[in-house]
Parts: sequence; structure tokens; C-alpha cells
Amino acid sequence: MIDLSVSCGGLALANPVMPASGTFGLEQAGIFDFERLGAFVTKTITPDKRLGNPTPRVSEVPRGMLNSIGIPSKGADAFVRDVIPRFAQWRPPLVVSISANTPDAFADLARTVSVAGVAAIEINISCPNLEDDGKAFAMRPESTREIVRRLRDATALPLWAKLTPNAGDVGAVAQAAEEGGADALVVANTILAMSVDVDTRRPSLGNVMGGLSGPAVKPIILRMAYQCARAATIPVIGCGGIATAKDALEFLIVGCRAVQVGTASFIHPSALVDVIDDLEDHCRANGIARIEDVIGSLDLTQAERDMIGDAALEAHA
Amino acid sequence: MMMPMLDPDVVPPAAPARPVPGRPLEIEALVREHVCVNDEYRYLSLDLPDGVPHARPGQFYHLLCPGGDGLEPFFRRPMSVYRVEPERNRVGFLYKVTGTGTAAMARLWPGDGFNIFGPLGIGFTLPADTAPIVLLGRGVGLATMGPLVPFARENGHRVTAVLSARAPELLMSVEEMRIAGADVLTVTDSEGTSAVPHVEGLLEDLVAQGRCGALYVCGSSRLTRLAQSVAARHGLFGEVALEQQMACGVGVCFCCVRPFRENGETVHRRVCCEGPVFPLAEALA
Repeated sequence: MIDLSVSCGGLALANPVMPASGTFGLEQAGIFDFERLGAFVTKTITPDKRLGNPTPRVSEVPRGMLNSIGIPSKGADAFVRDVIPRFAQWRPPLVVSISANTPDAFADLARTVSVAGVAAIEINISCPNLEDDGKAFAMRPESTREIVRRLRDATALPLWAKLTPNAGDVGAVAQAAEEGGADALVVANTILAMSVDVDTRRPSLGNVMGGLSGPAVKPIILRMAYQCARAATIPVIGCGGIATAKDALEFLIVGCRAVQVGTASFIHPSALVDVIDDLEDHCRANGIARIEDVIGSLDLTQAERDMIGDAALEAHA
Repeated sequence: MMMPMLDPDVVPPAAPARPVPGRPLEIEALVREHVCVNDEYRYLSLDLPDGVPHARPGQFYHLLCPGGDGLEPFFRRPMSVYRVEPERNRVGFLYKVTGTGTAAMARLWPGDGFNIFGPLGIGFTLPADTAPIVLLGRGVGLATMGPLVPFARENGHRVTAVLSARAPELLMSVEEMRIAGADVLTVTDSEGTSAVPHVEGLLEDLVAQGRCGALYVCGSSRLTRLAQSVAARHGLFGEVALEQQMACGVGVCFCCVRPFRENGETVHRRVCCEGPVFPLAEALA
């Protein structure tokens, strides 16, 4: 029996695999077994009803997807009333993703969703702050620290800060989120990108620019997850291009305590469950009793040896 | 003859005429047949594994078109079923190569595996009694209409199909629909018969002859608007099958929305899971 359980960001998870926000919903209940997941992570909700962006909302690129959906939302009240109670029928903990355009609205929303049935709140601070020239909260350490602190005061639930890869120094942002009181970091969101149809000379997305996800982004996000895991002491949850157990293992090895699978579910509807099954198989085949033993097990000895030389390493020891 | 008035409260558009056959599955199907139908369209039929659910007319599969040789379709491609043969465990698609996904699909050979996910979405609903129905389709919309003919005939509806294309040689399914028991009328651009006023005349004649108790349309926003006005004028039940680019295919990503009228308000609905077949009057075509 392989022990896949992990503790992560204030929660005890049966396994380290959960969906990425925006790629999961009750609509999938007939498609794969919800009981198998480490946690549920809902699509980001906003305080008020939103229609979302013009179409086309997605476009494909080699090994990846561009999207600018624009967070269509039925609003917080409808979500609390209609959606949260329906998750009570399954065991995995429910993580609710929230976002708002101002600190006040963000804090109000955190209070609104702090209800029975919600185990943690994922704060999508990759969205623009309208009071700061539209810059995403998580683009700079100061605004990150401030918004996390604000939300920390607003709710007693564990807070997972979802960082943006569109930041200059993601390690500094990770530290700032920790200082602000976050219980975990989700690293990361989509990478700002665009593509153009050369025949029509139009952008492929209705919103011109959008977020890149899928296997194409994995090496970049893996590097950021590694940097964040070193910069912060709170758990890091890897999220970016994870489609297989091997991808998940890479993130766990560099120090993530859990992973989120997103775009992959659009290609293989049972990707989440497949990753869990294959993680277990990998552990069994390699004599790993607990997935905990994989976390942060990155072997840098050779890299350090190559960089600083054998003698220096021995002297260091 | 008075046409039956169909009360939407009695015939809710989403109520299936048959029970929904089962939850969608990711299936490894085998290509059975892959042929050119005319200069533009191809027909692909697949053998399905035993025991999988079968599609209803109007439903679709999400196809994982194989990459390679410079073609890298990343997403699945939604495609409505053209022929459903539960007794032989087969499903068929009629398609035109228009982009990366269909170009990749066009390279499949009989015997190849093909990963498909489905059946997905909400299919066509028949009117409650045996009211005669009229199908109105153009281009690839004819493919979506294909399975509606035998389905409606089996349920006792007289079927008239009005098929539109650029030229007579691009009309598809004419013989197939006749064999399945439909009266088929064709209109084409090259013969100058496909313009809206002419098609409107045909529809009005069908209504006057008692042959149009419900209208189904696919493949053209021009024809959809025409069908909406004819249906509204005579109080007919109607449905429209719509297309939109999709990513997840199951309702979670919200990329495939289209606008609809609902209580005087414009709302977005997801084509993948709230459609692809919608009440005719509500679509903003």
C-alpha cells in the first residue's frame, strides 16, 4: 500500500493531485470519480455576475492553449447558495478560488465564501487591481503582501495565493505572500501571450492577449516552482503544463507538496485520475512507500560538484 | 388543414424523446471506412468497442485528431454524428477539411485507432405528437441533420428536408435522406434557388400544405434567421444546431459560449453542454 497522502496549506490531502482552477466543475461528475481527487478547486468566482470576454476565447498553439475567457461568473451569492452545498456529497476538501478588482471587494468576497463546506480559499491575485493602474496584485511583492494581509484579516480559512508567472521576481513575490499570511502558494497561473492569424491579420483571441497553458509552459513554471519552494517556507503547489505522473513527479521533486492538473483534462478527460494512478504505480515500481519521500528530493550533488569543483565540495563538507 | 400548435410547456426543448443513453467515455475506436463523398467532403466510419453508449441525433464526439508531419492539433475537435448505428456498434462522421484538426483527421486509414470522447451535448427533440417536420440545412449543417431523418421517421414523423449548397455537385445526403424516408428539396447558389426569399416561399408552401409542424435548422445564420421568422409567424416548434470552437467539451471552460435571448435579456450559453441543439427562437443568429 503506497501512502500518497500529504499535508498542504492547512489541509490533509489523500493524495497530492487536484484540478487547476477554471478547468474543473460539477459538469465532470459523470466523467471521472470525484472521490479520487486530493482536493476540489473551483473556477474563480467574482463578487458580481460577469459575462466574460468576447469570442474566440481560446486558441491552440503547439503543445499549448491560449485563453482569455474573462472569468464569466454567476456572482458570489449564487455560488454560495447553489454550488458549495453540492460538493458536500464527496469527501475531498473544497478549495474555492476567488478574485476581485479592488482590495475591499476581495476582502468582502473572502468573507462571503467563508462558509461551512469550504476548506480553503485560493486567491487568484493574478487579476488586475483596478486601483493600481490595472496591474495584477501578484506582479509586485508590495501589492502581494498588502492584498494577502487584507485577506488574512478577512477570513480564518487557509489561504492559498495563486501567483502569476508574469512577475519579474517570482521568488520575492512568493516571500511577500508568505509574509502577508498565506498558507500555501500555487505556482503559477498562465503566461501572458498572444498569437496572430497571418491571413486575416487578426489576433486569434477576441481579447487580443491571453494566458498560455499546457505542456508548452511546463519547463518555465517548473523553474518558478523550484525558485518559490526555495524562497518561501510555506508549501508550494505546482501548476503549469502537468499532464502525466512524470510531470507531477518533477514538480514534487523540486519541492512542491501538491500539484494541479488543468489543460490536460481538456485533452484526456480522466487526466486527474490517470495522474494519481500512475503516481501510485511509479512509487510501487521504485520502492517508494510514501509520496512524502519524493517531495523536495532534487539531487543537486552532481550539479554542485560540476559548478564548484570536487575539492571545494569536500572542503565544504 | 390546421397545424398543431406546440406548447413549449408541454414539449420542453431539452426533454429527450428517448432516454439519454449514457455518460460520455474516452474511447479508442477503429477506423472502418474513410472515403471521399465529393470534392469537398469525406465520410469516416468507426467501429466502437462493445458496450459503449451511442449518440443521439444532434450529439457530438470530441475527436483527438492525430498529430505529426507538421500538423499539431492540440485540442480535441467537436464533430456532430452523421450516422449512428447502435446495432452494428458504429458511428460515422461527414466532414470537410477546413483546418488543422480535419487535415490531421483526413490522414487516418482504415484499421487506424482514433481516440474519441463522447457522446456529448444535447441532441434534437421531436415534437410531442407525430407532427410533420422540416429540416433546413446548408453546407456541413447537412451532416448534423443526417441522423435526424431516420430518428424522426422511426417516431412516426413525416420529414421534408430542404438542402442548400453552393452547387448541385456539393449537395450531400440527398439519396441517403430519400432512402431514409424524407422528401428532399434542393436549392443551390449556382441555380439561383438558394436565396432567402425563394427558400421562404418553399417553407411557406410546406406550412400551407400541412407538412411543416416543426422546423430544424443547421449550418447557416441566414437560414436560421429565416427559420426563426417562419416559425414565429406560424407558432411552430423549432430547434437550431450551432457550432462554436471548443476546448473542454463538457461545460467547464466556458470558451464555446454564444449569445441567446432569454426573457428579453442577452445571455451566454455553452454550445457543448447546453446545446449544441437549442430552441430556435432563443438563438441570436
